[in-house]
Amino acid sequence: MEVKKINDVDLLLPVKLALPYRKPFLFVDEFLSLTEDGASGSYTFREDEFFYAGHFPDRPVTPGVILTETMAQIGLVGLGIFLTKAYLQEAVAPFAFTDSTVDYLLPVFPGEKVLVRSEKVYFRFGKLRCKVEMLNAKQEVVCRGTLSGMILNPGKHG
Amino acid sequence: MDRKQVIEKFAPIIALYTQEKEVLANLSEETDFLNDLKINSANIVDIILDAEEAFDIEIDDDSAEQMLTVGAAIDIILKQQQA
Repeated sequence: MEVKKINDVDLLLPVKLALPYRKPFLFVDEFLSLTEDGASGSYTFREDEFFYAGHFPDRPVTPGVILTETMAQIGLVGLGIFLTKAYLQEAVAPFAFTDSTVDYLLPVFPGEKVLVRSEKVYFRFGKLRCKVEMLNAKQEVVCRGTLSGMILNPGKHG
Repeated sequence: MDRKQVIEKFAPIIALYTQEKEVLANLSEETDFLNDLKINSANIVDIILDAEEAFDIEIDDDSAEQMLTVGAAIDIILKQQQA
């Protein structure tokens, strides 16, 4: 039984590099913490993100679905990679988004930096469920919710 | 608890995760979670977690993998209750 409290700053970069996403669909700049209980990280929405041209012409605002994706990449997938030590593997096991319930409270405009933090609800039978929230630079909650994902072909973990 | 009592307590849990009302109304031991009730593996995890709470048992990974039908689930619930 491992009792050591893990919050290894040396893993912040390996976990980021193990994320399966790439531009223009990578919404993680850095992880700030990774523990058995949750993850946190940040992302700055660039002025030239591909979706601003259409959402909406003349008044760009970050789509809610992208805010949810950002919360999932940092809070759920990042934590999942950490918990399963997937960063040690050549190819990260596919992680499928299974459900989400999110409330959106404030808009996020081009150029804004957001902080995401997640708290593990459970990780059992390969399914990870987290409560996740996103804060803006003024520390205001812009959205919050519950997200779950499932590691496909799980090994013995969780 | 006998099999009938288990299924009576288990059916309302299953009902939370399926849209297949007709299959649910005719639930049998052979009813398959994925093929008959159209419940995906992510929701089967939720059913297992709810069953653990309702029956005050703990289900391990190997047992969870065997829970493909209602009958298999009843077997596992009864076994764990006696454990």
